[in-house]
Formats: sequence, C-alpha cells, structure tokens
Amino acid sequence: MSTDSPVISCKNVWKVFGNDPKKFLENMTPGMSFDDIRAAGYIAGVKDVSIDVHKGEMLVIMGLSGSGKSTLVRCFSRLHDITGGTISVEGQDIMSLPEKELIELRRSKMGMVFQSFGLLPHRTVLENVAFPLEMRGQDKHTRRERALEVVKLVGLEGREEYFPRELSGGQQQRVGIARSLAIEPDIWFLDEPFSALDPLIRKEMQDEFLRLQQLLNKTIVFITHDFDEALRLADRIAIMKDGAVEQCDTPDQIVLHPATEYVRKFTEDIDKARVVHAGVLAISDVQGEGDPVDAGATIKQLAKQIVQDTRAVIPVAKDGKIIGGMNRDDALTILLENG
Amino acid sequence: MANATTDTVSAGTPMLSRSQWSLVLVAVAIVLSIFQWSGILPAWLHRIPETAIPNFAGWLDAIFGFIKDDMGLLTLTRFLTEGLEWLLDASGNIFFGKRRWPNIGPIPWTAMAAVAAVIGYYLGGWKLALLGGGTMVWTALIGQWSIAMQTMSVLAIAAPLAFVIGLSVGIAAWRYTWVDFVIKPILSVLQTLPFFTYLLPAVIFFKVGPTAGAVATTIYAIPPMILMTSLGLQKVSPEVIEAGKMSGCSKFQMLRHVYIPSARTEILVGVNQVIMLCLAMVVLTAFIGMPGLGAKLLAMMGSFKLGRSFEIGVTIVLLAVMLDRMSKAWVVKQPEHFERGTPFWKRHQMLLFGAALFVGFTLLSLVMPLAAEIGRGQHFSQGKELDNLIKGFLDIEAVKATTGFLRAFLNVQILIPFRNFMLSIPTPAFIMLVVAFALALAGRKQAIYALIFFSLVAFSGWWDRSVITLYSVISAVTLAALLGLPIAVLAARSEKWSVRMLLVCDTAQTFPSFVYLIPAIMLFGITDIAVIFSILIFAMVPLIRYTIEGLRTVPPEMTEAADMAGATRMQKLVNVQIPLALPTMAVGFNQAIMFAFFMVIIAAFIGTQDLGQELQRTLAGTDLGKNFVLGICVALMALTFDLTIMKWTADKKRALGLQ
Repeated sequence: MSTDSPVISCKNVWKVFGNDPKKFLENMTPGMSFDDIRAAGYIAGVKDVSIDVHKGEMLVIMGLSGSGKSTLVRCFSRLHDITGGTISVEGQDIMSLPEKELIELRRSKMGMVFQSFGLLPHRTVLENVAFPLEMRGQDKHTRRERALEVVKLVGLEGREEYFPRELSGGQQQRVGIARSLAIEPDIWFLDEPFSALDPLIRKEMQDEFLRLQQLLNKTIVFITHDFDEALRLADRIAIMKDGAVEQCDTPDQIVLHPATEYVRKFTEDIDKARVVHAGVLAISDVQGEGDPVDAGATIKQLAKQIVQDTRAVIPVAKDGKIIGGMNRDDALTILLENG
Repeated sequence: MANATTDTVSAGTPMLSRSQWSLVLVAVAIVLSIFQWSGILPAWLHRIPETAIPNFAGWLDAIFGFIKDDMGLLTLTRFLTEGLEWLLDASGNIFFGKRRWPNIGPIPWTAMAAVAAVIGYYLGGWKLALLGGGTMVWTALIGQWSIAMQTMSVLAIAAPLAFVIGLSVGIAAWRYTWVDFVIKPILSVLQTLPFFTYLLPAVIFFKVGPTAGAVATTIYAIPPMILMTSLGLQKVSPEVIEAGKMSGCSKFQMLRHVYIPSARTEILVGVNQVIMLCLAMVVLTAFIGMPGLGAKLLAMMGSFKLGRSFEIGVTIVLLAVMLDRMSKAWVVKQPEHFERGTPFWKRHQMLLFGAALFVGFTLLSLVMPLAAEIGRGQHFSQGKELDNLIKGFLDIEAVKATTGFLRAFLNVQILIPFRNFMLSIPTPAFIMLVVAFALALAGRKQAIYALIFFSLVAFSGWWDRSVITLYSVISAVTLAALLGLPIAVLAARSEKWSVRMLLVCDTAQTFPSFVYLIPAIMLFGITDIAVIFSILIFAMVPLIRYTIEGLRTVPPEMTEAADMAGATRMQKLVNVQIPLALPTMAVGFNQAIMFAFFMVIIAAFIGTQDLGQELQRTLAGTDLGKNFVLGICVALMALTFDLTIMKWTADKKRALGLQ
C-alpha cells in the first residue's frame, strides 16, 4: 500500500435514521436541508460526507452535540450501517464485508475508546484489557503477557486486579485506552475520550495521549466538542454541523480562512496567535533578510520577536531552509486581534 | 363512583368529554338500579338468564380433552413427569432421606446449618450468618426439620428450573421482537391468574403430589424471570455493547461475555423473585396434596391447633426472610479483587471453610445421632402451651370485647349491607359503573377493555360469586387504605421511621401469603371478618410502602419552596407532597388490589362464598374447564383494575413531568 492512498476513505456517505431510510434516500430530492429531512420524519445523522483519513494522520472531528460526529465515526467501523455512499478501509469496501470478515477487521485493525469508557463491570483491569485478545482466541498466557504490557504502557501497573468501579474516571479511561491498544490496531478511534473527566485530569490525559501517539504513530480519528482540545491535538480538523462537514482543514487554515459563517463563529473566540504557525504565513516569492524564524513556531511563541523586530518581512525557515517571508504586519494583526 | 376528573389530559369525543361520558354512564347505572330496587326492572336485565349463558366450561373441557388425549399431550407430560420425578427423588433423598437414588441423604441438620451460616457470612457478614444458621437451628429444634426439607427439596428443583426457562425465554424475547410480542400479553394474564388455576392443570397433566407441585411452582415463578432478563439485557449501556463489537465479539460471544454479565444485577433480582415466588407457591401446593410445611400448616389450621400453626408460620417466615435476604445480598455483592500472588487457599477461604464444616458435622453426626436428626420427643415444640396462651389472650375481656365488637359491628353494620348492596345492582348497571371508572381514570381503550372483560365475567355464569369476590377486595382495600395511609404519612415525616417502616414492609412482603391467614384465624376464628382481615393486612403492605416512597421522593426543592412560602406541615402535605406522590401511591394502590385478589382466593380456605371457594372445590375433581373459567374471571377483573390504574399513573406522571 502506498503511503498516499487513504486508510479510510468515505464518499458521499449518508446515514439516515427513520422508518425506511434506504427508500427515503433513494427518493429524496437532492439538496434537501437537515430541517427538510426532519420535517419528512427522518433524521440525517450523517449528510453527504466525503472525507479521507491518511496513514499516520490525526483527524479531529468536532462539532456540538447532535452534529453527527459520533455517528460518522461509528460508520467508519460499521457499528452503524450506512444508508448511502461508500466507506472503504484500506481499500476494502466495508459495507460489502460479510459479518465474519467484519469481525476479523475489528479484531485485527481497529481500536476504539469511548466517552463513558464502556468497560465490562465484571472483569478486572487485566481481563478488560485482554478482552479483545480473548475474543480472537489468543491463548491465556500470551494474552496475559500482552495485557500486562499495555497496562504498563498506560501507567496502571499495580492495579491489574482491580475492578472498574474501584478506579477513578481517569484511571478507567486509561483501561479503555489500554484495551483499545491491546490488539495493536492500525486505526484508532477515540470518541470524546476525555469529555467525562475533570479539567485537570483531562489535561493530564491529553498529555498522556500525545505521548502515546508519538510512541505508536497510529492513524487516529478523534472526536471532541472542545475546540481547544482539537487545536492541541489535530493534524486536520473536520467541523460538523447537522450531519454535514462544514470544513475540513488544518487548524491554521480553519482559523485564518473559515469556509462558512458557522465555522467563523466557532473560531471567533479562539486566540489565533496560538494556532497559526509562521510557516503558514510565509509567502514563498518574498525572501526578507536577516535571521529566519522557525516555520513550526506559533505566532504566540514568536510574539516578542515580532513586536520588537523592525523588518517589514521576516524570513521563515523550515528544517534550516528558507521557505519564504512573512509580512510582519500580517503577524501583528493576528497577534493583536484578540486575547 | 363519579370520579372528579378535572385532569383529563385529552378530551375524548368532540361532543362530550371523557368525564362527561362517564357521568352519563353512572347516571344510567343509577337509574337502572333504582328501577331494580323498586321492582320494575325485568329479571333479564337484572341478571343474565341461565339460558343465555354459554357453556364455556364445557367448551374448555372439550378443548383440553382434545389437547390431552387426541393430541397426545398427556403422553408427553407423563413422559416429562418421569424425568422430573427422578430429579425430585434425588433431591428428596439428599434433603430428607427419601429412599431413592443416590441414597446418601439426608444431610445432617447440623451440617446444613453450618453451610447456611457460612453462605450467609460470605454474602452479608455476621447478621446473615446468624439468620442462616439460626433459621436452620430453629427449624430443627422445633421439630419441623423433615417437613421443612420436603418443602426445600421441591424448591431446590423448581427454582433452578424456573430460572433456566425464564432466562432462555427472556433472552429470546429480547432477541426476537415477535417472541416479545407473543409472550407479553400471556405474561400479564399469567401474573394475574390466581394460583389455583395453576394447580389443577398441573395435577391433571403431571399426577398428584410433588411432581405436580413442582410443575405448578415452576410455571408460577417463570414470568418475573422472563421480564427481568429482557429488561436487564435492554438496559446494557450502548457503549459497552459497542466496546464488545469493537473487540471483535461474535454474536454468541456478545451474549456470553458482554450482555449477560452486564445484566447481572437484573438477572439476580429475577433470581430473588423466582426463589420467593417458588417458596410462596410451594407452600400453597399443599392444596394438591404436596407434603411439606404447607400441608402441615393446612392440617394444623384445619384442626384449629393454633400453637403449632403459629410455629410452622414462624418457620416459613424465617425461611422466606433468609432466602430473600441472602439472594438480595447476592444481588449487591460485587466481586472484590485480590492482590496478585494471593495463594489459592486465601482466594477461596470461605469455600474451603464451608466444606470443612460440612464434612466435620457430617462426621460428627455419624457418632452423635442428635446431630443428624432430632427425633420425636426430643424437640422443643411448645404447641400445646402456645395454644393455651393464645386462648388465654383471646379470653381477656378487652380483647374479647374488641374482636366481638368488630365481628358484630363491621359485619352486621357495614360489610353485609355493602355486600347486599353490590349484589342488588343489576349486571348491566354494574358493568356501566366499572366502564365509567375506567373511562374517567384512564381512557377509551381501557374502558373498552373493562367492558369486554366484565361482560365476559357476566357471561361466565359466575356473576354473583364474582361480585362477592369484588366486594371482599374492595372492602379490604378500602379498610387497608384507611389504616395504612395515616401510618404511612406519619412514618414518612421522619427519615428514621420511614426506613424502619420500609424494612417492615419489605420483610412482610417476603412472607408467603398463606402465613397471613394465621393471625386472622387466631383473632376472628372462621368468619367473614377473618377473610377481610387477612386480605387487609396483606394489602396494607404495598400501600404503606409506596406511599412512604412516594412522599419521600418528592424533590426537596419543592418542599423547600413550600416551606419558604410559609406553608404549615398540613398545607405542605396536602398541596405539595400528596399531589406529587400520587402517581407512586397509585402504584401501591394497584398492587394492593392485585394482592387482595390473590389473597381472597387463598382465604377461601377459611370458607367464603366467592370464586375462591368454587375454585378450591374444583381441585378435588377434574373439572378443568370450570377451574379455568373461574380463574379467568378473577384474572379479568384484576386486569381491568391493573390496566386502568397503571394508565392513569403513567398519564399523571407525564403530566407532572416526573420521569
């Protein structure tokens, strides 16, 4: 598989809830809005979504509750059968997979973390983590060994024999994460994994998550309704509203060039200087003079320098190579706009 | 009976509202009744003429005959009987030394008591250990070990059987909508059928004695298991299900590793109910000649040996409380973790300890016969002395005067006139009143059910006895409400008393209904009052319980708002607490009516003139058709009330925004 072919590719995906969604979708007049569909007695959970997820990428899907983000991610793993369109995972159309192969796909390729953890209450930490391994019939010894390894990875050593109810929320989610990692999945789904946690624990878990991601480098689909969380983690963000994707782009582009009014409102209160990187502002046909700034730094990080610098154009370098120049004015505008 | 229905949620027809329609019906009924009293109503309008009554019993007999003989069901059931008999013989051998395979029993009572104590300790600490061991020791010392074990040996077969069947059907009902669709109505009828209706078919298909008793007991205990199972499975959190799917579970793995363990609590609550219903029923199977505690109690009460009856009652109650507490403790018992590397003996210390005690006492009983069995003349039964005590108590002037007054006053001044009044109402008028009641409280659908159900009762040919049954139920429930509601309201005023009262109610609800006859007979002898009294105490339990629960669960911000508005206690109670508690109280009221229908049939043993008496009479013969007609009459009347009140409760709850 070449690196640029997407791991998950969905084309014109629809998920409609109601009495006879298949028939409704076939006969539907194109261009019906979410409200039109609701008036007809159906709910468009996912509305004509086309999106690709590339290998090693972290795609964050965000939106308010009820915007369809959880539904979309459940379509990726076929926890929901889609009503229209196609979804392929590593080139395989998952809607055409027979049950046995679907189970096989989940057993070998996919891991998922849930908002309220979804732990089995009657099993210990170790047994919960080993559960997916047990389901695929691994023998007791190897699955125990692997489970111990993952439990250690998420920092729950010494709690292997505890039951979920004996753990705090953060610890329970660590178990959920460990379970989803036990089978070494290629694709990792996280459905608002930290929403149920206290703010302090949430921050700690985000750090933990970033550490794991650096270690494992998985393809990730991450759902959140928290924009700060999305900005912190994402390679790309897809913003959803009423089942449709409003915009799917890098965090820089979303705050700089919101595609719709809805996205603009969403990003209004964001401190853009913390999101936008120097590299994005660099214009390739201008050069500038003097010491360059790093393309990977945010405007906020460069604030002091930008304010004190007297050059009109500041060169930007990526991996030691100049890639263009950044207008100081542009940077100052972003810096001073809000926050 | 003109119900004030100011709260009709939706108006019925455009012309007349629901409440107006009910008023019209009531008016017509009153007019009809007045005609009857003044003697100008034609006889055929007062009671349906004999000639117009279809021979339901005969038809049912023919159908049963067809199923039994022509379709060969009897051969099948007799074949099943053999298997069941084998099981019962084996458990009989183990529990009370019946001379059958495996010929190892009986287990010495000391060993049994020790095991009960260890199980109690494992499930709930010292208190339950004491209860478990104590119950066994009491039973043995009072000289009822062997009959108690006869009862337990049937329970030990019937309860697991009911569990397995209930669990499987429950899973099927959850998995396939059509199964659910088919069994739902069957279950609601089964749950209102009086127990006598279970007994006779069991006898006919499964022979007299323990086998029929076990079958009736099993069938009786299945419905709640089915309901709890499918309820538990439906309640499993969607994320846990998705986690299971994402872990790559196959369908069977989902059920085995995800659904059933996650529904553990509901399933165990079902187990608790199965055990309690089995115990209640197994005692009642005495009516079809099953030996054990029930039979003994029946015999003792029949010969008016109140002391011994009382002792047996205590044994039954202790057994019930023990089984209930232990199975409930099992429901809330959560697994506890052991640190890694805990040795085997420590992980299983309770099991090993229990086994050691069992072996120890069994060995002891070999050298010491008293540890194995307490024989005749060695026990501590105080039957005679208790008899004298009770008689002495009843002879005290004050007590005598009170019971005598109640007997005379209640009976002559209130109950008998009320009964005669109900009997004097013409059948169509009576049905109209019931329909009006259903229409005003619930709605058109329930009113139609009421019409159909009561018309069927009218055409069953047992109208007068049905009315008498209804009279017992209504008078007992009314008296229970008059007594129970003030008690509940008082208890609900303080946290401490609420908890105490709820504990009493919980405990009383575990008693097999049969036990309630003992105090009734003790106080009032074999009279109508005794019947009403036994129903009354039985029905009071749910009334008190739900009233307290309803009052206690009124949201605190509402009572606080009332306090801040300067309401007195009484104002708060009348204006805030009772209106909000009413839906919950109605559930209690409904249960009280259901309990009353149940008890009124059992009270037939005392000697009444209602359906119960006739039902009991059918047991002596093979009148299967009549037995069913009578049973269904009771079920139809109970269902009418159940449907109406539950619909009203649901409407009211929605209107109040509760749940």
